[in-house]
Formats: sequence, C-alpha cells, structure tokens
Amino acid sequence: MQWLERRRRRGEWAARTLFFLCALAAVALLLLIAAYVIFSGLPAIREIGPGNFLLGKTWDSANGENPQFGILPLLLTSVYGAAGAMALGVPLGLLTALFLAKAAPKGVAAAVRYLVRLLAGIPSVVCGLVGMTVFVPFLREKLDLPAGDSLLAAVAVLAVMILPSVVELAEDALAAVPRSYEEASLALGATEAETWFRVDLPAAGSGIAAAAALGVGRAMGETMAILMVAGNVANMPGPLRSVRFLTTGIAMEMGYAAAGSLRQRALFSIALVLFILILLMNILLHLARGRGKEG
Amino acid sequence: MGKRAAAFLLALLLAGCGGGTARTVELDGSTAMSGVVAALQEAFRQREPGIRINCSGSGSGAGIEGVLEGRCDIGLSSRELTEEEAARGAVGRMLALDGIAVIVHPDNPVSALTREQLAAVFTGKIDRWTEQGGEDRPVAVYGREAGSGTRTAFEAALGVTDRCAYRNEYCSTGDVVGNVAANPNAIGYVSLSSVNGTVKALSVDGVRCRLDTVRDGTYPICRPFLLVTREGTALSEEAGAFLDFAESEEVEPYLAMAGAAAQAW
Repeated sequence: MQWLERRRRRGEWAARTLFFLCALAAVALLLLIAAYVIFSGLPAIREIGPGNFLLGKTWDSANGENPQFGILPLLLTSVYGAAGAMALGVPLGLLTALFLAKAAPKGVAAAVRYLVRLLAGIPSVVCGLVGMTVFVPFLREKLDLPAGDSLLAAVAVLAVMILPSVVELAEDALAAVPRSYEEASLALGATEAETWFRVDLPAAGSGIAAAAALGVGRAMGETMAILMVAGNVANMPGPLRSVRFLTTGIAMEMGYAAAGSLRQRALFSIALVLFILILLMNILLHLARGRGKEG
Repeated sequence: MGKRAAAFLLALLLAGCGGGTARTVELDGSTAMSGVVAALQEAFRQREPGIRINCSGSGSGAGIEGVLEGRCDIGLSSRELTEEEAARGAVGRMLALDGIAVIVHPDNPVSALTREQLAAVFTGKIDRWTEQGGEDRPVAVYGREAGSGTRTAFEAALGVTDRCAYRNEYCSTGDVVGNVAANPNAIGYVSLSSVNGTVKALSVDGVRCRLDTVRDGTYPICRPFLLVTREGTALSEEAGAFLDFAESEEVEPYLAMAGAAAQAW
C-alpha cells in the first residue's frame, strides 16, 4: 500500500507545482509588461522634460519642423471623460443596484440582472457603432453643431459601458448590509425608502466606492468605442469639442511612428502615464474594498 | 459528413502552411491605394495563381516604415517620399497618378470651390456654408490623421501644411467617405479611386475630379501612388514578380478600372 500512497503524494506535488507555475507566469507577465512600459516610457519624458510633456498644451507629433509633445489635452480628456462617465453612470448604476438588491420582486430582479449582464457582454466596438450612428448625429442636429463627435458623445458611450460593473459591485455591497440594520431602522418608524437611502447606502459605502473606482479604471482604458465617437483631434477638452484620449492617441499614431523615433518613444510615455493612472485607480479600489471588509 | 469536414479543415490547414512564407508577397501602407491594389491583386492572381498577395492598410507613413524595418516586402505610399525616408534607403516607383477629390454630402448644394476657398475652409477662416453659396449650416472639416499620405499631399497642394483646423480626424479613407456621407455639414478629402455614390466630389478651380482631368494634369490636387522598396535589400522572387507586373503596361486597364490614372509610359 505504501507505493500507492507515494504515488498519490507525487501526483499531489505535481499538481501543486503546476498551479504554482501558472500563477508565477501571470505575475511574471504583469511584471514584464510593467517593466517594459516603464523602461520604454521614461526616456522620452526625460528628453521632452516632464513639465513640457505633462503640461504642454499642444500635441503635434508629426509636424516636420517643430513637433510638439504636450499631452495635457489628452490627459485632461481622459480624466474628464472618466469623471463624466462616473457622473452619469454611478447614480444610474447605484439606483439600479438598490432596485435589484432591495426593491424589486425576485423574478423581476433576476430578469433585470440577466439583462444588465448581457449589456456587459456587448463588445466595445458595437457600443461605439451605436454611439456613432445614433447619438452623434442626434447631438449634431439638436445642438446645430458642425459634427456631433465630441467629449459628450464619448462620455455617454463610456457611461453605458461602465454601467454593468457598477451595478454588479454596488448590488453585492448592498446585499451584504446586515438585515438587522434595516430592521432597526424600520422599527424606529423609518419607511423602506428612507431605510435604503439613509441606512443601506452609507453602510455599503466602501463597496460602492469600489464600484466607482472600477468604473473609472474601465473608462480610462477604453479605446475602440471612443475612437469612433470622439472626433480624435487633440484639442483642449470641452464638452462639445472634438477630443483625443490617451488611449486613442496611442492607437491612432503607433503605426506611423518610426521605430526608435522620439515620436514613438513619446507614445510609450503616454502608455506609461495611462498605466500609472490605472494603477492608482486599482490601488484606490483595493483600499476601498479593504476598508469595507474591516467594517 | 464529419470526416469530410475534417478532411476539408485539414486541407485548409495544409494550404495555409504551404502558402506560408515562401509564396506570399506582403504589402502594407496607404489606405487610399487599397482599391488600386485590389484590382492589381485580382489581375496578378490570374497570371501567377501560386502567389498570394497580402495587403494591409495602415497608412503611407506606416507602410514606408514597414519596408525600411523589413516588416513587409513592398510599401504603398500615396505621397512623395520625404528626404529623411529617402536618406534611409526608401525608393519609390510610380505606379499611377491619383486625384484627391474634395467630397461633401450629396445633399449639399455647393458643387465647386476654388483652391483659395478650400484653403480658407480647411484652415477654419470660413466656417459656414452660406459663405460658399450653400445652406445656412456650420462647416465640419474632416481630415485624416497625421502621417496619412492623403493628408500630407492635400495640405501641400493647397499650401496649408500643418495649418488645417480639423473638426474630426479619421484613420482611413473609408472612414472619411462614410462619415462625410453621414453628415450634411461635412467636407473631406479622399482618393478619387475611393469616391462612390454616397458622396459628392467638388470641382476645384472649375475642373471636375475625373480620371481624364487627373491624367492631363488640369485637376489641381494630384499625388503619386508609389510602390516603395528599400535600396540594397533584395526582393523575394515573388515580390520581384509582382513589382515587374505592376510596372508593366498590362496594368493600365486595371488602374483605370480602380479610378487611378496610369503614369505616362
């Protein structure tokens, strides 16, 4: 019987090693990408100067005589775009989550939840297509603009795209609020709606913050959908102006940049800035969740 | 049924492998040239059925970079090479002459502009169609992204290099056509070979943008379609065969079919 035991143990060891190697590969890939982005992104920032790079208001990388590598318009567009998507998507997502977690009859909640998940599965290029063929012409006609492609159109598309993850995380957080909190509130004479807003929302605060942070990360990283509706000119952002995001800036120019040229290295620097922004968002997300667990 | 499907898949797989590196020619570059290249591909396939032509459209600048860095066999450029590109060994062979058509929405009553008017529109000095005899609508200037051969050639022809005030920038010729067709305020520029019924091409300085006016040089906004190779780098046998074919007189009818004027032989 001893050989059987030994064989079993060996199998066990092999499985553990395999899992460990897989986990290691995932971590190694992350480190590799991080290292690559940092090492290829830093030189151009040093050459252009961090101030000129981050605060320069003109991005004109292909200008033959005097190329300009200021990413402030792109950076602000990404920040405003994510913030705008939050301003639209978080309230909508939060109220949907309240409905699903507290107010809706079970059958209705299940159906709505299923549909929201379907929304999450819609490829970003399809979201962009709908935005481009429906919302962009709508904006143009209603506001008498030359063209409807704008920051506002991008914000609307982004808001739709972050909605599912906001709903899902916020619903989890709301469902985790102990029933006793609500019972105490109801026993004191509060109505159900009062209880949802005054008790459940504050109690689920950290989970909701996590939902918002995840949404910001998503919005910052999105490329394809906004490439189709934003107009893609590197203007300083305004709601009805044509704008270029950090992500779309890289996507549009990478093919043109000669290997090793300052232009290509500057695009890597944009990638580095984007990487850091999204890293910050993830750290915030982690902190918000951690605090939630302690509570 | 299952067996037959499996055999078919296997055959596909083998064909894929067999065609791999040895019998293909990789082209990359100008999206404006895609129509012309598609016509050449079709014609070349009849002559050399064993050779496959793969064509990617990532823009003139990117195509020239691709050749210089060895990522493709032949680059497609819809503008003259820059001094820097030539210094790095890029050699352009003229395939055809192309007109850059200025396009508007078919409902736009404006049908002719002068070069001065175009320059004023594209630099943003004129921003309503009324000033050009059109309806009272704002003008939406659509252009291509920096690096596009069409953009470089168009801006140079109007003398407005790097001074255009674009409302929107698009990444391909097809994007510009599609978006101009969708917006009655829009004005854009694309290769004559890509103009279709969904948009209207304007006359420039009173000359309509057509194959014959491009060929005889009366249409003012023209540029070359170049096949780009790298000096000192030997072409593969297949790429050489394609280049010889593209430079022969045989291609003239195909070029004309695709809307580009063959160079004078």
